[in-house]
Amino acid sequence: MANTGWDEFEIGAMLRSFDGKIDDIAGTLQEDRAYSPNNSFVASVADWRIEKPVFNKDYCIDCQFCWIYCPDISIIARDKKMIGIDMDHCKGCGICVEVCPTNPKSLLMFPEQAEEEAELANWPAKDEEK
Amino acid sequence: MAFDKMELRDVEVWDGNHAAAQALRQCQVDVVAAYPITPSTPIVEGYAKFQSDNFIEGEYVMVESEHAAMSACIGAAAAGGRVATATSSQGFALMVETLYQSSGMRLPIVLNVVNRALAAPLNVNGDHSDMYLGRDSGWIQFDAYCPQDAYDLNFIAFKVSEDHDVRLPSMVHQDGFMTSHTAQGVTTMDDDKAYSFVGEYKPMNDMLDFEHPVTHGVQTEEDWHFEHKARQHNDLMTKVSPKIDAVFEAFEKHTGRKYSQVETYDMEDADVAVFCLGTSVETTREVAREMRTKGIKAGVVALRVIRPFPFAKIQEAFKNVKAIAVLDRSAPGGAPGAMFNEICAAMYAAENSPLISGYIYGLGGRDLTKAHLVDLYNELEANVKAGKVTTQLQQFIGVRGPKLAYL
Repeated sequence: MANTGWDEFEIGAMLRSFDGKIDDIAGTLQEDRAYSPNNSFVASVADWRIEKPVFNKDYCIDCQFCWIYCPDISIIARDKKMIGIDMDHCKGCGICVEVCPTNPKSLLMFPEQAEEEAELANWPAKDEEK
Repeated sequence: MAFDKMELRDVEVWDGNHAAAQALRQCQVDVVAAYPITPSTPIVEGYAKFQSDNFIEGEYVMVESEHAAMSACIGAAAAGGRVATATSSQGFALMVETLYQSSGMRLPIVLNVVNRALAAPLNVNGDHSDMYLGRDSGWIQFDAYCPQDAYDLNFIAFKVSEDHDVRLPSMVHQDGFMTSHTAQGVTTMDDDKAYSFVGEYKPMNDMLDFEHPVTHGVQTEEDWHFEHKARQHNDLMTKVSPKIDAVFEAFEKHTGRKYSQVETYDMEDADVAVFCLGTSVETTREVAREMRTKGIKAGVVALRVIRPFPFAKIQEAFKNVKAIAVLDRSAPGGAPGAMFNEICAAMYAAENSPLISGYIYGLGGRDLTKAHLVDLYNELEANVKAGKVTTQLQQFIGVRGPKLAYL
């Protein structure tokens, strides 16, 4: 790629997600897809993040709000159950936390270097005023 | 979904706007996203009416600004549709950011630009300020001088832009009011004949091809940006010009109407020539013929294709001429006129060395009269006799107050 000349790539500011034709993209999970190296699935943008979301499954009701609202498709859900966060692509915007409807929230933002286990152990209690 | 065909007379009395709208209908444009602005409004209004009256199988998308209009056109074109819109002046200026996106993304959108002055002061009339603003945007630019041209050049624009070796968007320019709102006889094609010239749209890298997913509008920094721009420029410089010639030839075979990238009138033996664009061309042709009865061998040269700039064809058009007046209808903003600069560059590299002088005229729709052009040809003749430019290099025509000239 580094030695590709100006006349050796396809025209347009355009990248292909797959090399060649693909079938049944909707029925194939992300981790099972043969993405091209040009696809951002294989590129981590985790270093953009200064705060990270931590997921506490004890309070999650699988409403899927975070999955719907995440602008980077970084909420991993399987069979309509929230199972975690794709930390290679999450940029730490906090929208998932904002839209989480549980009390206490099932997702909270912490500094990037925070210990996940410690934060889960100290999770805030239910807010009785709500 | 079936749509109705429209019966047209062989010659219809259309203004430039209606001619362009009819061309969009006959090309069966899939998507027009538009934010109407004077004097281009009737083009998109016309498409919308044809669409709602079932003469087009397409979508008219109402948006909140010209920036949004071109953005929606970009989305529709990337999705894989035949796409067009129209704008003028301030609307064009607001579109500028997205113009660079559409050409860089190699999306073959056709934009009808009804030329109008740029504020301030606010003005709805025709000059070439907006047309000049598109010069560096990487689009192909065609210039219509009358409603017939505005009709024909839309078909030509789609045919050139959508070619898979080209894939660059085109602007079809016509002068605000002088062309857009002046009705003239336009020789039409019937719907089948018209559509057969552009043919069915052939998508390329379209987002609706689910078996070949693509990301459009990617980011590149110092590592790859230059290569993309180089490729785009290379294609404009080497691929577009021969394609335009081929499409002009095909159009002549299809309709009998001939276009050339550089249009020349009475240039076979001309000593002096005026270069101009838009509606000024027809006025200048008339004056050139009159000058010949007074013994001045006068001719006219005009661009049909502004971008890519037909450098070698300009040299060819002026190869035997002794003095040239280059008319620019845009405020030069502290420099020689843009076309003056470009003609000078072409002729600097040519074998003959004609005397070249520049003129600024017609801003905000100010008339260019035949009397102005008679004076101008006499000035060129005086330059030829003196063997040098006898005036300053940049003069203003038709402005109030003392004579304005620079350089």
